[in-house]
Amino acid sequence: MSAFRDAGHLLRFAGLFVLAFIIFLVVRKFVVPKSFGEYGHYRGAAIGEIAAHPAHFAGHQACEACHADIADEKKGGKHAHVNCEACHGPLGKHADDPASVTPAKLDTAVLCVRCHAASVAKPKNFPQVDAADHANGVPCETCHKPHNPALEAGGAK
Amino acid sequence: MNGVEGFMYPNEVELVWSVLIVLYPYITGLVAGAFILASLERVFRVDAVKPTYRLALLTALSFLLVAPLPLQLHLGHPERSPEMYFTPHSTSAMAMFGYVYLWYLMAVLVFEIWLDYRRDIVLRARRERGLLRLIYKVMTLGSDNISERSLHIDERVGWVVTLIGIPSAFLLHGYVGFIFGSIKANPWWSSPLMPVVFIFSAMVSGIACVMVIYMATSKLRGTTIDMGCVDTIAMYLFYTFIIDFSLEMLDLIHRIYEADESFRSLNFMVHTKLYFSHIVVQIGLGTLTPLVLLAITQVTKLSEMARKRIYALAGALTLIGIFAMRWNVVIGGQLFSKSFLGYTTYKVGMVTREGLPVAIALTLLPLLFLWVLVKLLPPWDDASAAHGATGD
Repeated sequence: MSAFRDAGHLLRFAGLFVLAFIIFLVVRKFVVPKSFGEYGHYRGAAIGEIAAHPAHFAGHQACEACHADIADEKKGGKHAHVNCEACHGPLGKHADDPASVTPAKLDTAVLCVRCHAASVAKPKNFPQVDAADHANGVPCETCHKPHNPALEAGGAK
Repeated sequence: MNGVEGFMYPNEVELVWSVLIVLYPYITGLVAGAFILASLERVFRVDAVKPTYRLALLTALSFLLVAPLPLQLHLGHPERSPEMYFTPHSTSAMAMFGYVYLWYLMAVLVFEIWLDYRRDIVLRARRERGLLRLIYKVMTLGSDNISERSLHIDERVGWVVTLIGIPSAFLLHGYVGFIFGSIKANPWWSSPLMPVVFIFSAMVSGIACVMVIYMATSKLRGTTIDMGCVDTIAMYLFYTFIIDFSLEMLDLIHRIYEADESFRSLNFMVHTKLYFSHIVVQIGLGTLTPLVLLAITQVTKLSEMARKRIYALAGALTLIGIFAMRWNVVIGGQLFSKSFLGYTTYKVGMVTREGLPVAIALTLLPLLFLWVLVKLLPPWDDASAAHGATGD
Protein backbone atom coordinates (compact mmCIF):
# COMPACT_ATOMS: atom_id res chain seq x y z
CA MET A 1 0.00 0.00 0.00
CA SER A 2 2.88 2.35 0.80
CA ALA A 3 4.18 1.97 -2.77
CA PHE A 4 0.76 2.99 -3.99
CA ARG A 5 0.71 5.96 -1.60
CA ASP A 6 4.18 7.07 -2.66
CA ALA A 7 3.16 6.91 -6.31
CA GLY A 8 -0.10 8.73 -5.63
CA HIS A 9 1.15 11.98 -7.15
CA LEU A 10 1.74 10.16 -10.45
CA LEU A 11 -1.90 9.14 -10.44
CA ARG A 12 -2.83 12.78 -9.97
CA PHE A 13 -0.81 13.73 -13.04
CA ALA A 14 -2.38 10.83 -14.97
CA GLY A 15 -5.76 12.06 -13.69
CA LEU A 16 -5.03 15.46 -15.25
CA PHE A 17 -4.53 13.75 -18.59
CA VAL A 18 -7.73 11.74 -18.22
CA LEU A 19 -9.61 14.91 -17.25
CA ALA A 20 -8.17 16.80 -20.21
CA PHE A 21 -9.13 13.91 -22.49
CA ILE A 22 -12.70 13.84 -21.16
CA ILE A 23 -12.99 17.62 -21.64
CA PHE A 24 -11.61 17.17 -25.16
CA LEU A 25 -14.22 14.52 -25.96
CA VAL A 26 -17.06 16.63 -24.55
CA VAL A 27 -15.97 19.77 -26.43
CA ARG A 28 -15.46 17.68 -29.57
CA LYS A 29 -18.99 16.39 -29.33
CA PHE A 30 -20.31 19.95 -29.38
CA VAL A 31 -18.00 21.59 -31.90
CA VAL A 32 -17.67 18.92 -34.59
CA PRO A 33 -20.62 19.25 -36.95
CA LYS A 34 -22.88 16.20 -37.09
CA SER A 35 -22.44 15.71 -40.81
CA PHE A 36 -18.62 15.81 -40.62
CA GLY A 37 -17.11 12.78 -42.39
CA GLU A 38 -20.35 11.81 -44.11
CA TYR A 39 -18.69 11.84 -47.55
CA GLY A 40 -15.07 12.64 -46.74
CA HIS A 41 -12.92 14.81 -44.51
CA TYR A 42 -15.36 17.70 -44.55
CA ARG A 43 -18.84 18.70 -43.40
CA GLY A 44 -21.38 16.75 -45.45
CA ALA A 45 -24.06 19.40 -45.00
CA ALA A 46 -21.79 21.94 -46.68
CA ILE A 47 -22.72 20.48 -50.08
CA GLY A 48 -26.42 21.28 -49.62
CA GLU A 49 -25.64 24.73 -48.21
CA ILE A 50 -23.42 25.61 -51.15
CA ALA A 51 -25.99 24.27 -53.63
CA ALA A 52 -28.65 26.47 -52.00
CA HIS A 53 -26.66 29.67 -52.66
CA PRO A 54 -28.32 31.91 -55.24
CA ALA A 55 -26.59 31.77 -58.63
CA HIS A 56 -24.63 34.96 -59.32
CA PHE A 57 -23.83 34.16 -62.94
CA ALA A 58 -26.54 34.14 -65.58
CA GLY A 59 -24.58 32.24 -68.25
CA HIS A 60 -23.86 33.40 -71.81
CA GLN A 61 -27.09 31.88 -73.17
CA ALA A 62 -29.10 34.30 -71.00
CA CYS A 63 -27.03 37.26 -72.27
CA GLU A 64 -27.32 36.22 -75.91
CA ALA A 65 -31.10 35.91 -75.65
CA CYS A 66 -31.37 39.72 -75.44
CA HIS A 67 -28.00 40.91 -76.80
CA ALA A 68 -28.07 39.02 -80.12
CA ASP A 69 -26.20 41.89 -81.86
CA ILE A 70 -23.22 41.49 -79.51
CA ALA A 71 -23.33 37.72 -79.92
CA ASP A 72 -23.10 38.22 -83.70
CA GLU A 73 -20.22 40.65 -83.29
CA LYS A 74 -18.32 38.17 -81.13
CA LYS A 75 -18.77 35.31 -83.57
CA GLY A 76 -15.60 34.55 -85.49
CA GLY A 77 -13.53 37.01 -83.41
CA LYS A 78 -10.71 36.20 -81.02
CA HIS A 79 -13.06 36.60 -78.07
CA ALA A 80 -15.73 34.24 -79.44
CA HIS A 81 -15.14 31.76 -76.67
CA VAL A 82 -14.68 34.26 -73.86
CA ASN A 83 -17.77 34.15 -71.70
CA CYS A 84 -19.66 37.45 -71.34
CA GLU A 85 -19.40 37.44 -67.57
CA ALA A 86 -15.65 36.80 -67.66
CA CYS A 87 -15.30 40.52 -68.45
CA HIS A 88 -18.65 41.96 -67.34
CA GLY A 89 -18.72 40.12 -64.01
CA PRO A 90 -21.61 38.11 -62.58
CA LEU A 91 -24.87 39.52 -63.91
CA GLY A 92 -27.50 37.07 -62.68
CA LYS A 93 -29.49 39.92 -61.09
CA HIS A 94 -29.42 41.92 -64.33
CA ALA A 95 -30.69 38.86 -66.26
CA ASP A 96 -33.51 38.43 -63.74
CA ASP A 97 -34.54 42.08 -63.83
CA PRO A 98 -32.91 43.91 -66.77
CA ALA A 99 -34.90 47.10 -66.24
CA SER A 100 -33.85 47.93 -62.70
CA VAL A 101 -30.35 46.35 -62.50
CA THR A 102 -27.97 47.90 -65.02
CA PRO A 103 -24.37 46.68 -65.33
CA ALA A 104 -21.64 49.23 -64.68
CA LYS A 105 -19.68 50.57 -67.67
CA LEU A 106 -16.31 48.85 -67.86
CA ASP A 107 -12.99 50.69 -68.01
CA THR A 108 -11.13 48.90 -70.81
CA ALA A 109 -7.80 50.48 -69.82
CA VAL A 110 -7.95 48.42 -66.63
CA LEU A 111 -9.93 45.42 -67.83
CA CYS A 112 -7.95 44.36 -70.90
CA VAL A 113 -4.53 44.29 -69.22
CA ARG A 114 -5.83 41.73 -66.76
CA CYS A 115 -5.27 39.21 -69.54
CA HIS A 116 -3.09 41.06 -72.00
CA ALA A 117 -0.35 42.57 -69.80
CA ALA A 118 3.01 41.32 -71.03
CA SER A 119 4.46 38.46 -69.02
CA VAL A 120 7.20 36.02 -69.93
CA ALA A 121 5.08 33.27 -68.40
CA LYS A 122 2.47 33.60 -71.18
CA PRO A 123 2.66 31.73 -74.49
CA LYS A 124 4.44 33.74 -77.20
CA ASN A 125 1.47 33.71 -79.57
CA PHE A 126 -0.87 35.18 -76.95
CA PRO A 127 -1.41 38.91 -77.62
CA GLN A 128 0.25 40.84 -74.83
CA VAL A 129 1.45 44.42 -74.43
CA ASP A 130 3.21 46.72 -72.02
CA ALA A 131 0.13 48.92 -71.49
CA ALA A 132 1.99 52.13 -70.66
CA ASP A 133 4.18 51.77 -73.72
CA HIS A 134 1.43 50.51 -76.03
CA ALA A 135 -1.51 52.78 -75.18
CA ASN A 136 -0.11 55.49 -72.91
CA GLY A 137 -3.37 55.69 -70.95
CA VAL A 138 -5.66 55.72 -73.98
CA PRO A 139 -8.53 53.27 -73.39
CA CYS A 140 -8.14 50.07 -75.44
CA GLU A 141 -11.60 50.41 -76.99
CA THR A 142 -10.42 53.53 -78.83
CA CYS A 143 -8.73 51.21 -81.33
CA HIS A 144 -10.04 47.73 -80.49
CA LYS A 145 -13.65 46.63 -80.28
CA PRO A 146 -13.74 44.55 -77.10
CA HIS A 147 -16.17 42.00 -78.55
CA ASN A 148 -14.06 41.47 -81.66
CA PRO A 149 -10.70 43.07 -80.90
CA ALA A 150 -8.74 42.63 -84.16
CA LEU A 151 -8.05 46.04 -85.70
CA GLU A 152 -9.21 44.89 -89.13
CA ALA A 153 -12.55 43.93 -87.57
CA GLY A 154 -13.61 47.56 -87.54
CA GLY A 155 -11.68 49.40 -84.83
CA ALA A 156 -10.15 52.80 -85.68
CA LYS A 157 -6.69 52.56 -87.24
CA MET B 1 9.01 42.07 -63.25
CA ASN B 2 10.59 43.31 -60.06
CA GLY B 3 13.12 40.87 -58.58
CA VAL B 4 12.50 38.20 -61.21
CA GLU B 5 15.25 36.95 -63.49
CA GLY B 6 14.56 34.67 -66.43
CA PHE B 7 11.34 32.69 -66.64
CA MET B 8 9.10 32.17 -63.61
CA TYR B 9 5.65 30.66 -63.61
CA PRO B 10 3.18 33.29 -62.30
CA ASN B 11 2.53 31.41 -59.05
CA GLU B 12 6.25 31.24 -58.27
CA VAL B 13 6.99 34.96 -58.25
CA GLU B 14 5.76 35.64 -54.72
CA LEU B 15 7.14 33.38 -51.98
CA VAL B 16 4.46 31.54 -50.05
CA TRP B 17 6.59 30.61 -47.04
CA SER B 18 8.15 33.59 -45.32
CA VAL B 19 10.78 34.18 -42.64
CA LEU B 20 8.33 32.84 -40.03
CA ILE B 21 8.49 29.43 -41.70
CA VAL B 22 12.27 29.72 -41.38
CA LEU B 23 11.87 30.38 -37.67
CA TYR B 24 9.58 27.44 -37.12
CA PRO B 25 12.07 24.63 -37.87
CA TYR B 26 14.78 26.69 -36.19
CA ILE B 27 12.81 26.88 -32.94
CA THR B 28 11.65 23.24 -32.95
CA GLY B 29 15.25 22.26 -33.66
CA LEU B 30 16.41 24.12 -30.57
CA VAL B 31 13.74 22.29 -28.55
CA ALA B 32 14.80 18.86 -29.77
CA GLY B 33 18.50 19.63 -29.39
CA ALA B 34 18.15 21.02 -25.87
CA PHE B 35 16.19 17.93 -24.85
CA ILE B 36 18.82 15.59 -26.31
CA LEU B 37 21.44 17.42 -24.24
CA ALA B 38 19.32 16.93 -21.11
CA SER B 39 19.00 13.24 -21.92
CA LEU B 40 22.81 12.92 -21.91
CA GLU B 41 22.75 13.34 -18.17
CA ARG B 42 19.57 11.44 -17.44
CA VAL B 43 19.82 8.41 -19.71
CA PHE B 44 23.45 8.24 -20.75
CA ARG B 45 24.72 9.19 -17.30
CA VAL B 46 27.13 11.89 -18.51
CA ASP B 47 27.49 13.46 -15.08
CA ALA B 48 29.68 16.30 -16.30
CA VAL B 49 26.73 18.02 -18.01
CA LYS B 50 24.54 17.86 -14.88
CA PRO B 51 24.71 21.65 -14.26
CA THR B 52 22.85 22.19 -17.52
CA TYR B 53 20.28 19.40 -17.14
CA ARG B 54 17.45 21.49 -15.73
CA LEU B 55 18.39 24.54 -17.76
CA ALA B 56 18.23 22.42 -20.91
CA LEU B 57 14.73 21.18 -20.01
CA LEU B 58 13.47 24.71 -19.27
CA THR B 59 15.06 25.99 -22.50
CA ALA B 60 13.34 23.23 -24.45
CA LEU B 61 9.98 24.09 -22.84
CA SER B 62 10.38 27.84 -23.47
CA PHE B 63 11.11 27.31 -27.14
CA LEU B 64 8.42 24.65 -27.50
CA LEU B 65 5.78 27.07 -26.19
CA VAL B 66 6.76 29.54 -28.93
CA ALA B 67 7.15 26.91 -31.72
CA PRO B 68 3.53 27.02 -32.98
CA LEU B 69 3.32 30.83 -32.98
CA PRO B 70 5.13 31.37 -36.32
CA LEU B 71 2.70 28.92 -37.89
CA GLN B 72 -0.30 30.61 -36.31
CA LEU B 73 0.85 34.02 -37.55
CA HIS B 74 1.62 32.68 -41.00
CA LEU B 75 -1.70 30.89 -41.43
CA GLY B 76 -3.94 33.38 -39.64
CA HIS B 77 -7.22 32.32 -38.03
CA PRO B 78 -5.70 30.79 -34.88
CA GLU B 79 -9.24 30.01 -33.71
CA ARG B 80 -9.37 27.31 -36.36
CA SER B 81 -6.26 25.48 -35.16
CA PRO B 82 -8.09 23.32 -32.55
CA GLU B 83 -9.98 21.76 -35.46
CA MET B 84 -6.75 19.93 -36.24
CA TYR B 85 -7.32 18.02 -33.00
CA PHE B 86 -11.08 17.72 -33.21
CA THR B 87 -11.10 16.27 -36.73
CA PRO B 88 -7.77 14.45 -37.05
CA HIS B 89 -6.59 13.92 -40.61
CA SER B 90 -4.44 10.81 -40.49
CA THR B 91 -2.92 11.15 -43.96
CA SER B 92 -1.79 14.76 -43.52
CA ALA B 93 1.69 15.05 -42.02
CA MET B 94 1.03 18.68 -41.10
CA ALA B 95 -2.23 17.82 -39.32
CA MET B 96 -0.60 14.97 -37.43
CA PHE B 97 2.06 17.37 -36.17
CA GLY B 98 -0.50 18.78 -33.76
CA TYR B 99 -0.53 15.47 -31.94
CA VAL B 100 3.25 15.13 -32.03
CA TYR B 101 3.52 18.62 -30.56
CA LEU B 102 0.99 17.96 -27.82
CA TRP B 103 2.56 14.62 -26.94
CA TYR B 104 6.01 16.15 -26.73
CA LEU B 105 4.80 19.14 -24.71
CA MET B 106 2.65 17.37 -22.15
CA ALA B 107 3.72 13.71 -21.98
CA VAL B 108 7.44 14.39 -22.28
CA LEU B 109 8.61 17.88 -21.37
CA VAL B 110 6.07 19.10 -18.83
CA PHE B 111 5.90 15.68 -17.18
CA GLU B 112 9.67 15.34 -16.93
CA ILE B 113 10.11 18.86 -15.60
CA TRP B 114 7.34 18.28 -13.07
CA LEU B 115 8.92 15.05 -11.88
CA ASP B 116 12.35 16.60 -11.61
CA TYR B 117 11.15 19.72 -9.80
CA ARG B 118 8.48 18.12 -7.64
CA ARG B 119 10.59 18.24 -4.48
CA ASP B 120 11.44 21.91 -5.04
CA ILE B 121 7.82 22.73 -5.88
CA VAL B 122 6.54 21.13 -2.66
CA LEU B 123 9.19 22.85 -0.56
CA ARG B 124 8.41 26.20 -2.15
CA ALA B 125 4.68 25.66 -1.70
CA ARG B 126 5.38 25.28 2.01
CA ARG B 127 7.74 28.25 2.19
CA GLU B 128 6.27 30.90 -0.09
CA ARG B 129 3.36 33.22 0.70
CA GLY B 130 0.54 34.82 -1.28
CA LEU B 131 0.15 34.32 -5.00
CA LEU B 132 3.44 32.42 -5.38
CA ARG B 133 2.29 29.94 -2.77
CA LEU B 134 -0.92 29.41 -4.71
CA ILE B 135 1.00 28.88 -7.96
CA TYR B 136 3.29 26.31 -6.34
CA LYS B 137 0.31 24.67 -4.61
CA VAL B 138 -1.41 24.21 -7.95
CA MET B 139 1.82 22.82 -9.40
CA THR B 140 2.00 20.17 -6.66
CA LEU B 141 -1.40 18.89 -7.86
CA GLY B 142 -2.38 18.58 -4.23
CA SER B 143 0.33 16.08 -3.31
CA ASP B 144 3.08 17.13 -0.92
CA ASN B 145 4.57 13.68 -0.56
CA ILE B 146 8.33 14.09 -1.02
CA SER B 147 9.38 11.05 0.91
CA GLU B 148 12.57 9.34 -0.14
CA ARG B 149 10.60 6.54 -1.73
CA SER B 150 8.32 8.84 -3.73
CA LEU B 151 11.34 10.78 -5.00
CA HIS B 152 12.97 7.50 -5.95
CA ILE B 153 9.84 6.58 -7.92
CA ASP B 154 10.04 10.03 -9.62
CA GLU B 155 13.64 9.33 -10.54
CA ARG B 156 12.78 5.98 -12.12
CA VAL B 157 9.73 7.30 -13.95
CA GLY B 158 11.73 10.36 -15.08
CA TRP B 159 14.33 8.06 -16.58
CA VAL B 160 11.65 6.21 -18.56
CA VAL B 161 10.10 9.53 -19.69
CA THR B 162 13.50 10.75 -20.92
CA LEU B 163 14.03 7.44 -22.70
CA ILE B 164 10.67 7.88 -24.47
CA GLY B 165 11.53 11.56 -24.95
CA ILE B 166 14.59 10.86 -27.12
CA PRO B 167 12.65 9.21 -29.98
CA SER B 168 9.90 11.80 -29.39
CA ALA B 169 12.41 14.62 -29.89
CA PHE B 170 13.62 12.87 -33.02
CA LEU B 171 10.01 12.53 -34.16
CA LEU B 172 9.28 16.21 -33.45
CA HIS B 173 12.13 17.49 -35.54
CA GLY B 174 12.39 14.57 -37.94
CA TYR B 175 8.81 15.40 -38.89
CA VAL B 176 9.83 18.95 -39.84
CA GLY B 177 12.50 17.54 -42.14
CA PHE B 178 10.00 14.99 -43.40
CA ILE B 179 7.59 17.76 -44.45
CA PHE B 180 10.27 19.30 -46.66
CA GLY B 181 11.87 16.03 -47.73
CA SER B 182 8.58 14.60 -48.95
CA ILE B 183 7.73 17.48 -51.30
CA LYS B 184 8.58 15.60 -54.49
CA ALA B 185 7.87 18.55 -56.77
CA ASN B 186 10.74 20.54 -55.28
CA PRO B 187 14.22 19.15 -56.00
CA TRP B 188 15.85 21.45 -53.43
CA TRP B 189 13.81 19.77 -50.68
CA SER B 190 12.91 16.32 -51.94
CA SER B 191 15.48 14.07 -50.29
CA PRO B 192 15.10 11.19 -47.82
CA LEU B 193 18.19 12.57 -46.09
CA MET B 194 16.28 15.70 -45.12
CA PRO B 195 14.76 14.38 -41.84
CA VAL B 196 18.14 12.99 -40.74
CA VAL B 197 19.95 16.22 -41.57
CA PHE B 198 17.27 18.17 -39.70
CA ILE B 199 17.61 15.96 -36.62
CA PHE B 200 21.38 16.32 -36.45
CA SER B 201 21.32 20.04 -37.15
CA ALA B 202 18.68 20.31 -34.41
CA MET B 203 20.97 18.57 -31.97
CA VAL B 204 23.82 20.88 -32.96
CA SER B 205 21.74 24.04 -32.52
CA GLY B 206 20.11 22.88 -29.27
CA ILE B 207 23.42 21.91 -27.67
CA ALA B 208 25.00 25.20 -28.77
CA CYS B 209 22.00 27.16 -27.51
CA VAL B 210 22.05 25.61 -24.03
CA MET B 211 25.83 26.02 -23.83
CA VAL B 212 25.59 29.72 -24.69
CA ILE B 213 22.63 30.27 -22.33
CA TYR B 214 24.46 28.44 -19.52
CA MET B 215 27.58 30.56 -19.98
CA ALA B 216 25.58 33.78 -20.30
CA THR B 217 23.41 33.08 -17.23
CA SER B 218 26.47 32.12 -15.18
CA LYS B 219 28.08 35.41 -16.14
CA LEU B 220 24.91 37.38 -15.35
CA ARG B 221 24.53 35.65 -11.98
CA GLY B 222 28.22 36.18 -11.19
CA THR B 223 28.81 32.47 -10.62
CA THR B 224 31.70 30.37 -11.84
CA ILE B 225 31.23 28.50 -15.07
CA ASP B 226 31.71 24.78 -14.52
CA MET B 227 34.47 24.22 -17.08
CA GLY B 228 34.18 20.43 -16.86
CA CYS B 229 30.57 20.85 -17.92
CA VAL B 230 31.15 23.24 -20.84
CA ASP B 231 34.20 21.25 -21.98
CA THR B 232 32.00 18.15 -22.18
CA ILE B 233 29.17 20.00 -23.93
CA ALA B 234 31.66 21.47 -26.41
CA MET B 235 33.03 17.99 -27.05
CA TYR B 236 29.54 16.63 -27.79
CA LEU B 237 28.80 19.71 -29.89
CA PHE B 238 31.95 19.05 -31.90
CA TYR B 239 31.12 15.37 -32.50
CA THR B 240 27.49 16.03 -33.36
CA PHE B 241 28.56 18.85 -35.65
CA ILE B 242 30.94 16.53 -37.51
CA ILE B 243 28.09 14.06 -38.13
CA ASP B 244 25.77 16.89 -39.17
CA PHE B 245 28.35 18.40 -41.51
CA SER B 246 29.17 14.97 -42.99
CA LEU B 247 25.48 14.34 -43.69
CA GLU B 248 25.07 17.72 -45.34
CA MET B 249 28.16 17.12 -47.44
CA LEU B 250 26.88 13.65 -48.33
CA ASP B 251 23.67 15.25 -49.54
CA LEU B 252 25.66 17.84 -51.51
CA ILE B 253 28.03 15.29 -53.07
CA HIS B 254 25.10 13.07 -53.93
CA ARG B 255 23.37 15.95 -55.70
CA ILE B 256 26.52 16.91 -57.59
CA TYR B 257 27.22 13.32 -58.66
CA GLU B 258 23.59 12.57 -59.52
CA ALA B 259 23.37 15.90 -61.41
CA ASP B 260 19.71 15.46 -62.34
CA GLU B 261 17.76 17.91 -64.48
CA SER B 262 17.51 20.44 -61.63
CA PHE B 263 21.23 20.51 -60.87
CA ARG B 264 22.36 23.29 -63.18
CA SER B 265 19.61 25.59 -61.96
CA LEU B 266 20.21 24.87 -58.27
CA ASN B 267 23.97 25.11 -58.70
CA PHE B 268 23.55 28.51 -60.33
CA MET B 269 21.26 29.62 -57.48
CA VAL B 270 23.80 28.55 -54.82
CA HIS B 271 26.48 30.55 -56.61
CA THR B 272 24.34 33.66 -57.05
CA LYS B 273 21.18 34.32 -55.01
CA LEU B 274 22.13 32.00 -52.15
CA TYR B 275 25.88 32.62 -52.22
CA PHE B 276 25.99 34.84 -49.14
CA SER B 277 23.50 32.93 -46.98
CA HIS B 278 24.63 29.46 -48.06
CA ILE B 279 28.32 29.54 -48.84
CA VAL B 280 29.43 32.47 -46.68
CA VAL B 281 27.11 32.31 -43.65
CA GLN B 282 25.97 28.67 -43.43
CA ILE B 283 29.07 26.80 -44.56
CA GLY B 284 31.90 29.27 -43.96
CA LEU B 285 30.88 31.24 -40.90
CA GLY B 286 28.34 28.93 -39.33
CA THR B 287 29.87 25.49 -39.89
CA LEU B 288 33.57 25.44 -40.81
CA THR B 289 34.58 28.26 -38.45
CA PRO B 290 32.94 26.76 -35.32
CA LEU B 291 34.18 23.31 -36.32
CA VAL B 292 37.77 24.59 -36.56
CA LEU B 293 37.38 26.54 -33.30
CA LEU B 294 35.99 23.50 -31.48
CA ALA B 295 38.66 21.27 -33.01
CA ILE B 296 41.34 23.58 -31.62
CA THR B 297 39.91 23.16 -28.13
CA GLN B 298 39.91 19.37 -28.56
CA VAL B 299 43.50 18.99 -29.70
CA THR B 300 45.33 21.74 -27.81
CA LYS B 301 45.59 22.69 -24.16
CA LEU B 302 44.20 26.19 -23.86
CA SER B 303 43.70 28.39 -20.84
CA GLU B 304 40.24 28.49 -19.23
CA MET B 305 39.63 32.02 -20.46
CA ALA B 306 40.59 31.14 -24.03
CA ARG B 307 38.30 28.10 -24.00
CA LYS B 308 35.39 30.15 -22.63
CA ARG B 309 35.81 32.73 -25.39
CA ILE B 310 36.12 30.08 -28.06
CA TYR B 311 33.04 28.23 -26.81
CA ALA B 312 30.98 31.44 -26.70
CA LEU B 313 32.09 32.41 -30.20
CA ALA B 314 31.67 28.91 -31.63
CA GLY B 315 28.23 28.58 -29.97
CA ALA B 316 27.01 31.91 -31.34
CA LEU B 317 28.34 31.15 -34.84
CA THR B 318 26.72 27.72 -34.73
CA LEU B 319 23.35 29.27 -33.91
CA ILE B 320 23.76 31.72 -36.79
CA GLY B 321 24.87 28.90 -39.10
CA ILE B 322 21.91 26.66 -38.29
CA PHE B 323 19.53 29.60 -38.76
CA ALA B 324 21.14 30.17 -42.15
CA MET B 325 20.65 26.47 -42.92
CA ARG B 326 16.91 26.78 -42.19
CA TRP B 327 16.79 29.97 -44.24
CA ASN B 328 18.51 28.33 -47.20
CA VAL B 329 16.19 25.33 -47.06
CA VAL B 330 12.93 27.26 -46.71
CA ILE B 331 13.65 30.40 -48.73
CA GLY B 332 16.14 28.79 -51.13
CA GLY B 333 13.57 26.18 -52.08
CA GLN B 334 11.22 28.89 -53.30
CA LEU B 335 13.64 31.11 -55.19
CA PHE B 336 13.95 29.03 -58.35
CA SER B 337 11.37 28.17 -60.98
CA LYS B 338 10.14 24.66 -61.56
CA SER B 339 11.01 25.38 -65.19
CA PHE B 340 14.65 25.69 -63.98
CA LEU B 341 14.90 28.79 -66.15
CA GLY B 342 14.35 31.61 -63.69
CA TYR B 343 14.73 32.97 -60.17
CA THR B 344 12.74 35.25 -57.95
CA THR B 345 13.72 37.37 -54.97
CA TYR B 346 12.58 37.29 -51.35
CA LYS B 347 12.35 40.56 -49.52
CA VAL B 348 11.55 40.35 -45.82
CA GLY B 349 8.51 42.46 -44.99
CA MET B 350 8.61 45.11 -42.29
CA VAL B 351 5.16 46.22 -41.19
CA THR B 352 3.35 42.97 -41.91
CA ARG B 353 2.17 40.01 -39.88
CA GLU B 354 5.14 38.05 -41.21
CA GLY B 355 7.71 40.84 -41.16
CA LEU B 356 11.11 41.26 -39.59
CA PRO B 357 9.93 42.86 -36.29
CA VAL B 358 7.57 39.91 -35.72
CA ALA B 359 10.37 37.45 -36.49
CA ILE B 360 12.70 39.19 -34.05
CA ALA B 361 9.98 39.27 -31.38
CA LEU B 362 9.33 35.54 -31.83
CA THR B 363 13.05 34.83 -31.54
CA LEU B 364 13.25 36.76 -28.29
CA LEU B 365 9.96 35.53 -26.83
CA PRO B 366 11.37 32.12 -25.75
CA LEU B 367 14.04 33.96 -23.76
CA LEU B 368 11.30 35.87 -21.94
CA PHE B 369 9.49 32.59 -21.24
CA LEU B 370 12.79 31.11 -20.05
CA TRP B 371 13.31 34.05 -17.71
CA VAL B 372 9.86 33.49 -16.16
CA LEU B 373 10.44 29.74 -15.88
CA VAL B 374 13.87 30.24 -14.32
CA LYS B 375 12.33 32.64 -11.77
CA LEU B 376 9.61 30.13 -10.98
CA LEU B 377 11.72 26.98 -11.14
CA PRO B 378 15.37 27.93 -10.61
CA PRO B 379 17.57 25.37 -12.35
CA TRP B 380 20.68 26.19 -10.35
CA ASP B 381 22.06 23.81 -7.75
CA ASP B 382 22.45 26.56 -5.15
CA ALA B 383 18.73 27.35 -5.37
CA SER B 384 17.63 23.87 -4.36
CA ALA B 385 20.43 23.59 -1.82
CA ALA B 386 19.44 26.86 -0.16
CA HIS B 387 16.30 25.36 1.28
CA GLY B 388 17.27 21.74 1.56
CA ALA B 389 14.64 20.72 4.06
CA THR B 390 13.60 17.13 3.71
CA GLY B 391 10.06 16.03 3.23
CA ASP B 392 7.88 13.69 5.18
